[in-house]
Amino acid sequence: MTAQQVRTHSIDVSSILRGQKGAGEPNETCIKVENLNLFYGEKQALHGVNMEMPKKKVTAYIGPSGCGKSTLLRCINRMNDLVDNVTIEGSILLDNENIYDKAVNVAALRRRVGMVFQKPNPFPKSIFENVTYGLRIQGINDKRVLEETVENALRGAALWDEVKDRLNDNALGLSGGQQQRLVIARAIAIEPEVLLLDEPASALDPISTLKIEELINELKEKYTIVIVTHNMQQAARVSDFTAFMYMGELIEIGTTSELFTNPRKKQTEDYITGRYG
Amino acid sequence: MIRLWFKSGTPWVWLNAAAVSTCLIMVIGVLGLIIVRGVGHFWPTNVVQFSYQEPDGEIRTIIGEHVDTSITPAAMAKSTGYIMADDEDTLVQYLIKTGNRDITGTDFRWILERNVRQQQSPAELMVVERREWGNFYGRLVAIKENGKIIAEGAEAWPAVQTKIDEALAVFKKIAHLEKKEVGAINYSLEQLRLEQKKLQLEGLWDIAAEQRLAAEKTELEVDYKKYQAQLSELYQQIRRDSLVAKTESGSEIEIPLNKVVKIFQPNTMNVFDKIVHYGAKVVEFLTDEPREANTEGGIFPAIFGTVMMVLMMSVIVTPFGVIAAVYLREYAKQGFITRLIRISVNNLAGVPSIVYGVFGLGFFVYILGGNIDQLFFPEAAPAPVYGTPGLLWASITLALLTLPVVIVSTEEGLARIPRSIREGSLALGATKLETLWLTVLPMASPAMMTGLILAVARAAGEVAPLMLVGVVKLAPTLPLDGNYPFLHLDRKFMHLGFHIYDVGFQSPNVEAARPLVYATSLLLVLVIVGLNLSAILIRNHLREKYRALEG
Repeated sequence: MTAQQVRTHSIDVSSILRGQKGAGEPNETCIKVENLNLFYGEKQALHGVNMEMPKKKVTAYIGPSGCGKSTLLRCINRMNDLVDNVTIEGSILLDNENIYDKAVNVAALRRRVGMVFQKPNPFPKSIFENVTYGLRIQGINDKRVLEETVENALRGAALWDEVKDRLNDNALGLSGGQQQRLVIARAIAIEPEVLLLDEPASALDPISTLKIEELINELKEKYTIVIVTHNMQQAARVSDFTAFMYMGELIEIGTTSELFTNPRKKQTEDYITGRYG
Repeated sequence: MIRLWFKSGTPWVWLNAAAVSTCLIMVIGVLGLIIVRGVGHFWPTNVVQFSYQEPDGEIRTIIGEHVDTSITPAAMAKSTGYIMADDEDTLVQYLIKTGNRDITGTDFRWILERNVRQQQSPAELMVVERREWGNFYGRLVAIKENGKIIAEGAEAWPAVQTKIDEALAVFKKIAHLEKKEVGAINYSLEQLRLEQKKLQLEGLWDIAAEQRLAAEKTELEVDYKKYQAQLSELYQQIRRDSLVAKTESGSEIEIPLNKVVKIFQPNTMNVFDKIVHYGAKVVEFLTDEPREANTEGGIFPAIFGTVMMVLMMSVIVTPFGVIAAVYLREYAKQGFITRLIRISVNNLAGVPSIVYGVFGLGFFVYILGGNIDQLFFPEAAPAPVYGTPGLLWASITLALLTLPVVIVSTEEGLARIPRSIREGSLALGATKLETLWLTVLPMASPAMMTGLILAVARAAGEVAPLMLVGVVKLAPTLPLDGNYPFLHLDRKFMHLGFHIYDVGFQSPNVEAARPLVYATSLLLVLVIVGLNLSAILIRNHLREKYRALEG
């Protein structure tokens, strides 16, 4: 998909999908969710979710607010562990290892599964320190390595040219879109295998959104990406696979072109044609 | 109409404004009173000579400074026993500082204005500030060296100036030798005695140790002899000169120059001279040690003690408060027990401070200090080292007193850190501890500083508990000096707040001390403001650095 097409997209979903790469070749599974149930106290938020996410592809979760797509995403790097009163049943396999196994080191898992949140959340430190944060935690203090990583990560997040002269400025001085790309740079600096994006563009203006979307297209060469989005056009533009969730259940998952042009379930069709949600 | 006016909210606004102005006026009033009374004390007033008719009819000369005037209505004066003429509406009385306590027994006396026959300010009247017996007022007659008159009459005044400068220089040398050099030798000798006793207690006292200690002792004694010789020479030098002065009644007295701090003729001074004199007095007040039961001289030890204690308290209270707050907010399971703990912490802030003093004396001084003495300083027994009130216990007691403030504000600071920042850090593979240490605590540091500012404000003004756990009227040595280990936490110290109480209410010479009370109060306020301002500056710097995310 070229930038030109993105800029001229229309609401008509099918016209966007014409630009979509055909997904059909066999994919290696990266993340496998098996029978996942999640309870906030008594309330069940996820009902027996089963799905697979292929390696180095973009998988998008769509669905109305409160359907559990963010919750599912946050299960993949065990962010839900931080919430009080959460019970999780079932398993998630990352490269065939259950991440909910007792022996798993959660901090090490999160190094393999990076995450970008809805609102940009840079630390109130310099740009340089933000990007090197993950490395310093791993005990890497060699200045040359750090500088090299910062440049690579910022280039990877398409931010290098904008900030290369002010790496020591406070990150909070950047614009919202720049902050979000900085956060992506921060996440890819530690070279994770998976990148989780929780509505990464919802707090941004259209131009910044566009940049983030272009970035996602570049990043999928190297990372398995899972993205939660409210915006169906965005899902159609950036993802290879799309999962539709409703009321804590996975309704349907398939290649993006198939799901948008030929949904198997009526609920999916109703949602993507805008009949509810 | 009135109802409309009420509805418009105008009276409410007026009420608010009135409340704010009342507060402001009170604050300004308090500060103003302290400043006016305290700052005026050091200004040299003219010395006046009165011809005064005593009640028995005899006419006498009174020399002194006019300090105060009191005006009593005739009726009230009559009821207290004064005989009032019919045409007199008021009774006017002057308070005169006459000094010369060694001769008359008092420093001050009240005189009636109507009995003053004549009043003048002759240029030759002089004030002698002395190390004992307070000020002397009178006329200079002669200067003596070794008992022989060397200058008299008009030549005496210039001669006394050079002589007094010499005497002061010598006095300074003596003070330095006694305090620094001889003090250090005494300290070392005491250490040697303790070491000997310690070795004896441990059964390690043998010939080698005895010889070593004896050698060190002889060395010190040689030094001591050397200083002693210097000192006796200096003493001879300073005792050589004296001045002869005539009092108001005409009798002559001799004042040795080693007892003189300052000598001046205020009636001949112009404004510039007075400003110089004033500056010198203020500097003396700030940097000198107190004399004459704290009513004269400076208050440097008290300033030093106050600042020292507040700093120590900050050093102790900050880590404890922060760690407690981090545990309560970040690690403890939120529930009934944490709520109970929180309520208890908040209530601790309301416990009267004297109760902390009692606790500090009972627990820290006697139990903790007593055990420390038994375990670590058996050689000093029966004299206590830490088993007696001192700087350390005072600081810890005040740290306990201010702990709730630090805990509460740190907790609030921690609660304000956005969740997204913590999640951002955790998502990068940081553990909870790393997240706390690298991100959350630095961002909460302005809140910690706020807690510390409140703690300092409370601790610096606290006096009651200190009287039990370490403050004294007069401390012979500062808690920080040149003798190893430099910081002596076991020493007692002086404190501005206690100094105010002591000078104002425990002093034998209340009239002389009252202006000092104001001056000391002003200084206490300034010290607290200074400590607070520096903490606020640090906080603002941190705030700028760790500006939290907006929204």
